[in-house]
Amino acid sequence: MRTVAAILLFGAVWQAVVMLTGVPPYILPPPLLVLLAGWANAGVLLANAMVTAEEVLLGLFLGTAFGVSTAVAMALSDRLRGLVRPALVVSQAVPVFALAPVLTLWLGYGLAAKIAMTVLIVFFPLASVFLDGLMATPQSTLDLARLASATRWRTLLWLRLPHALPALASGLAIAAVYAPIGAVIGEWVGASQGLGYVMLMANARSHADLMFAALLVLVALTLGLHRTAQSLSNWMAR
Amino acid sequence: MTDGVSPALPCARIEGSVWFGAAPVFEGLRLDLEPGWTCLIGPSGAGKSTVLRLLAGLPTGARFIGEVGAPARVAYLAQQDMLQPRFSALTNVTIGQRLRGEQADHARAATLLRAVGLEGMENRRPAELSGGQRQRVALARALIDDARLALLDEPFSALDAANRQRMQDLAHDTLTGRSVLLVTHDPFEALRLGTRIFLLAGGRLEELPAMPGPPPHGPQTVGFGARYDHLMARLMGAA
Repeated sequence: MRTVAAILLFGAVWQAVVMLTGVPPYILPPPLLVLLAGWANAGVLLANAMVTAEEVLLGLFLGTAFGVSTAVAMALSDRLRGLVRPALVVSQAVPVFALAPVLTLWLGYGLAAKIAMTVLIVFFPLASVFLDGLMATPQSTLDLARLASATRWRTLLWLRLPHALPALASGLAIAAVYAPIGAVIGEWVGASQGLGYVMLMANARSHADLMFAALLVLVALTLGLHRTAQSLSNWMAR
Repeated sequence: MTDGVSPALPCARIEGSVWFGAAPVFEGLRLDLEPGWTCLIGPSGAGKSTVLRLLAGLPTGARFIGEVGAPARVAYLAQQDMLQPRFSALTNVTIGQRLRGEQADHARAATLLRAVGLEGMENRRPAELSGGQRQRVALARALIDDARLALLDEPFSALDAANRQRMQDLAHDTLTGRSVLLVTHDPFEALRLGTRIFLLAGGRLEELPAMPGPPPHGPQTVGFGARYDHLMARLMGAA
């Protein structure tokens, strides 16, 4: 109910801005025009949304798998952590988007480059948030491991991992929002399908209404992912 | 680490010196633990917890030169209950077994939870228990290995007066026959439970008179008040 109200309010503000400023529809089309364009191109939008969704989901899955296993490996090995942790911190400052043309050069114009872009965008924040969570186990809890002379692996399984689950959950929520950005940027650099591709095409042909319609579909996709990640994290943080 | 010490010999011993950075905390300290309750009192920063953690084989952040002889398995109970928030009381009691990769003995864990008065609360998580109940779960966890040496680091100090006395009695009953080292800042607690009382202050360890006869003692026992005054005076002099 609140979501519906928020959408209606957003549409009203949008409409008001268009009416009050008199901005031409090829710059900012009114919401109704965008909805009509979306309806008229529903088939195209759906087909391209499926492509983007595939890139996002595969990228999210692989990025999460790599991120989680990297964090676990680093939590288990002091040497690996010493080597990789500084790199992980520095990588946060690198604009991963800038790598998109390189990835397209290496992997071509197909699915692989978009998935790689998404994996890169998901991997770093997830790995670093989860590792921080794994390393933040309180000393009093680690005392339990010492008293039992527990191996690193069992300490991880019974003490560190349960403590890090909320961190992993928030990492997943961030990743779910970042993943579509990765896929769309991959599409912008070079693609023949996907929502990013539709936006570029519509823009080139001055179809601002279609461009905005594609953007709305992308927002809906992202919100859906975020919702899913959120309920997953609520379940994990129980 | 030595295990399998015969009952006539001290169950555990620590001998040596400790520094925090360049500052000595104590030098040439020696403490033998025999069956019964040994209470270690003293002002904050005197190194009481360091002694206990060294005996438990836990990291102290201090430099220690000397020797520690203690059983490989000890019962350990601290001020923080160290309960894992995501696990049930039953799983928390068996966490040591799980950490060692052994089969968790749920039947024994349930028996111990019953012994500390938590029957029917096996599946509750720490958040669903009161502070006193959580400390009881921690006591059950400490008891599960049946270790001959119990190391207690101010385990009652966070409890309210009624719960503190209940926990003291419960710990006293369940730890009977073992060697217990209780670190406390409370002279009343030390007199109530201790068969021997040591004051650690200014780098020196000194034995002070405990109550005669088997603990726990009450303040109405003859001689309790005089000993309490003496202990308190020594503590105030040391602080």
